[in-house]
Amino acid sequence: MTLVELIADAKVRGEPERLSELIPYCRWMGISVKHLAGELLGLMTYSDMLIGNAALPALHGGTLGALMESTAIFQLLWDAETVVLPKTIDITVDYLRSGRPVDSWAKAILTRQGRRVANVRVEAWQEDRARPIAIAHGHFLILPEAVPG
Amino acid sequence: MPPRTRAEEVALLAQLNRHFHGVVPHNQALGLAMIALEDGEARVRLPYSLDLVGNPETGVLHGGPISTLMDACCGAAVFMKLPSPVPIATLDLRIDYLRPATARQDVLAHAVCFRLTRNVAFVRGVAYHADSGEDDPIASAAGAFMLATHASKARP
Repeated sequence: MTLVELIADAKVRGEPERLSELIPYCRWMGISVKHLAGELLGLMTYSDMLIGNAALPALHGGTLGALMESTAIFQLLWDAETVVLPKTIDITVDYLRSGRPVDSWAKAILTRQGRRVANVRVEAWQEDRARPIAIAHGHFLILPEAVPG
Repeated sequence: MPPRTRAEEVALLAQLNRHFHGVVPHNQALGLAMIALEDGEARVRLPYSLDLVGNPETGVLHGGPISTLMDACCGAAVFMKLPSPVPIATLDLRIDYLRPATARQDVLAHAVCFRLTRNVAFVRGVAYHADSGEDDPIASAAGAFMLATHASKARP
C-alpha cells in the first residue's frame, strides 16, 4: 500500500495510533498518537537523547517543536480532507517553561481549514495540562482532491 | 575580538563541539556539528539520516530536525555575540519552509545574532544545501532568546 492508502486504511479502521508508526522520524523520537476520551493527542515518550540542557536538565526546545508540528500533522490527517501528507508552510513556537525530563503531550486544534491552507494551533504540556510548556501556531498546505494526471 | 588563525578556529570548533554534544545530548543524537563561527554568527551541519525522514516515500526530512537544527544554530550565534557566556533560553522561534529539502543531502544552517540587548538576543537564520547555497534556502528562521535565564542560574 502507498502511504496515502495506509493513512486512509488507518482512518477507516479508526486506528489513529498507526499514523505515527508510518513516519520514521516519529518512531526515532518516540512521538506517537494517542486516542484518549475522544480526542487525538501527541505523546513524546521521554528518553535521555531528548535532553537539550544536561545541567538543568531540560528537553531540547527543538524536540517540543517537533512534537507540536507532528501533532498538528496527525490532527490534519485525521480531520481534514487531504490526499497528501500536509506540508508545513510555517510554524512559530513560543516556549513558556523549560521541559522537564518526563513525557510530553500535545493537542492540536484546527483553527481554520481553507481549500488549500489549514491554520492550526497546538499546546504542549507535561504533568499538568493547565500549565502548558510551549504553544505553537502554524500553516499547513493540504490537497483536498487528487490532482488529475 | 582579534581575528583568529585557521588553527585557532579549528581548535575552538573542536572545543565547542565537545560542549555542544556533552551538554546537549540531543545535538549529539542528531549528529549536529558546528562547522564555522564568527562574531555573532554560527554555521551548523545536520547530516542526512534515514531516522529523520518525515515522508518515507520521498525520503525527505521531517520538519522537526530542521527546527532543531535552526534552534541550535541560532543559539550558537547568540553565544558568539555574547561578551561572556551566560545561560540562554529560546523565547520563540518561527520557521518558514521555503521549499522541500532534497532527500539524502545534509542540511546546513547559518544564523546571525543581529541585536543583543541586556535581556534579549534577536537572531535570523537560513537552512540550505551545500550545492544550491544559502541564497536558495530551504527554510528560514527568526527567533528571540532570553539571556541569563533565571532557572539556569538557580541550579548548578
